[in-house]
Amino acid sequence: MGTSSQTADIVLHQHQHIYEIALTGDWLIDAESKDTGSIVSAIGQLPAGSRLLFTTAELGRWDSVLVTEIITILEVAHQTGVLVDRSSLPEAIQGLLKLVYTAPEGAEIKSPIQAASWIDSIRQTLASVSNDLSALLEFVGLLVMTVYDLLRGNSHFRRVDLWLQIQECGPAALPIVTLISLLVGLILAFVGAVQLSLFGAEIYIANLVSLGMTREMGGLMTAIIMSGRTGAAYAAQLGTMRVNDEIDALKTMNLEPLAFLVIPRMTALILIMPLLCLYADLMGIIGGAMVSITLFDISVTEYVDRTINAVQMKDFVIGFIKCAVFGILIALAGCLRGMQCGRSASAVGDAATSAVVTSIVFIVVADSVMTLICNRLGV
Amino acid sequence: MNQAVISVRNLSMAYGEVLIQRDLNFTINRGDIFVIMGGSGCGKSTLLRHLIGLQAPAQGEIFYGGASLLAAGPQARQQLLRKNGVLFQSGGLLSSLTLAENVALPLTESTRLAAKKIRDIVAYKLALVGLAGFEDYYPAQLSGGMQKRAGLARAMALDPDILFFDEPSAGLDPITAKHLDDLILRLRDSLSATVVIVTHELASIFAIGSNAIFLDADSKTLIASGSPHELLASSSDPKIIQFLTRGNHQAADKGVNA
Ligand SMILES: Nc1ncnc2c1ncn2[C@@H]1O[C@H](COP(=O)(O)OP(=O)(O)OP(=O)(O)O)[C@@H](O)[C@H]1O
Ligand SMILES: [Mg+2]
Repeated sequence: MGTSSQTADIVLHQHQHIYEIALTGDWLIDAESKDTGSIVSAIGQLPAGSRLLFTTAELGRWDSVLVTEIITILEVAHQTGVLVDRSSLPEAIQGLLKLVYTAPEGAEIKSPIQAASWIDSIRQTLASVSNDLSALLEFVGLLVMTVYDLLRGNSHFRRVDLWLQIQECGPAALPIVTLISLLVGLILAFVGAVQLSLFGAEIYIANLVSLGMTREMGGLMTAIIMSGRTGAAYAAQLGTMRVNDEIDALKTMNLEPLAFLVIPRMTALILIMPLLCLYADLMGIIGGAMVSITLFDISVTEYVDRTINAVQMKDFVIGFIKCAVFGILIALAGCLRGMQCGRSASAVGDAATSAVVTSIVFIVVADSVMTLICNRLGV
Repeated sequence: MNQAVISVRNLSMAYGEVLIQRDLNFTINRGDIFVIMGGSGCGKSTLLRHLIGLQAPAQGEIFYGGASLLAAGPQARQQLLRKNGVLFQSGGLLSSLTLAENVALPLTESTRLAAKKIRDIVAYKLALVGLAGFEDYYPAQLSGGMQKRAGLARAMALDPDILFFDEPSAGLDPITAKHLDDLILRLRDSLSATVVIVTHELASIFAIGSNAIFLDADSKTLIASGSPHELLASSSDPKIIQFLTRGNHQAADKGVNA
């Protein structure tokens, strides 16, 4: 075997009824490749039943390049009914071919997923939406039954868990809620002030900010923060527990996963959300005050006065109720996606993502509906 | 003395439309170490999940003693499954709880024992599996083998009558795997429990198995049952011989069927 590489070549000879493929030179991945198309098509033209063999006396070094060529030739020969004598190939190649043509044991080869046409993909999307809806209904139904069981004392959860979850979604969320609500209050004040100052009505900034925060933005911002923070965490926690067989293990210990894992999480979020919302309202109003006092020469007492005049109890109550509803929806979306999670790491990621998407959709839809209702009722 | 604890009649298992196994019939007797064997993907874990009531059969019945698992209402069903202990392949320990809390979980939830008594039982069970002193570790702080043993301690917490294992020694080194086998044997003897075990480990199968079934993925049913030694000695089915001898027995005359 020479170290200088020799060009690969392939020639088809005929001796009476026997065809012979002569392989010469080095067949290597990093060498210049040899086009074998003409030989392959020549083999495709041979009369059925003719015999084909290889001569490899002059063959140099070879690797997968040659093996794949031979496989192509074998397949064409098989289709045209040419009989191939493989025994004239080097033994190593025969061994590789043997491996290639041995079907994996007991494996039914499944057809790969076909690329769907766009009509199919619309149909699939619709089907998955309706699946999602029925899964949601089923989940809610199960939850109601679980709550009933809990109330009758037939199943229970650990108090400690509820306490831990409350700490996790309450105090731990305060910094981010503070930051975001302050900024939202600030932005509201700025945007409003620019318009209001056209009429010299800067004093109404207080009304704008306090009403905007209590009725709408406080709850909405809290909900969006919590869906990213806690909803995603719920989905990821429950999903990982499913992957690790923890949920099945609970079932075998006679503990209902819904009662044991889902109820404490949902309860915690539903209790905490309205409180966080009130806190966010307050922070937003403070943010607004910072802008009006420093930039628009409104005194603290004036701002406080206007705010107290503008905001009524019912505005707080509306924000409070909205946020409680958001809390239910976020917890529902997070826990539902977590419990539906498949058994792989990527499924956990998907569960977290879809928990956030689902809960934001829920939040926006619910907010529109509730705003509409308030409007109709004239509150 | 051959008292049936679990009997399976005409069981068919499926995921949606996809049939996994059909027409399974077998009986697990008291005191057995019952091995479920078969190639990868043939449905052993699925069968185990059916036996412990996590999945409902597509067809057929599973009896605990004389009572059907399917026909039982939720309460009766809980009662039937109450004396089961299960060790999942990945241990199934709750990652947010310490070992002690994990083992204590079934005790606090299903019994009215005093906290002190529960602590004692937990320490005793952890000591049984050689994990005394690890009470305050979280599962993530343990090696794979230790997690398996901790899972075993939790499975045994309520002194179960039947212990189920899914591939307990998968991923363990041979010595640790052997220790686990010994542990299972010793526990079976001293707790007089019945053990149902899914495993690929030939060493374990022959060392501890007293009765076995072999599931086949191609014909989608059970193709042999009996004690592993008998199966090896008397079976004429090449699939079983191959499995039990790691394919060595037949390697020579296995032609290439391209
Ligand atoms: N959740 C599921 N949904 C659909 N099919 C599944 C699901 N889980 C398992 N299967 C299929 O069921 C068959 C049996 O799976 P199972 O996990 O019971 O195999 P196994 O015998 O335990 O294999 P192994 O020895 O590799 O653990 C496999 O073909 C698998 O593809
Ligand atoms: Mg398995």
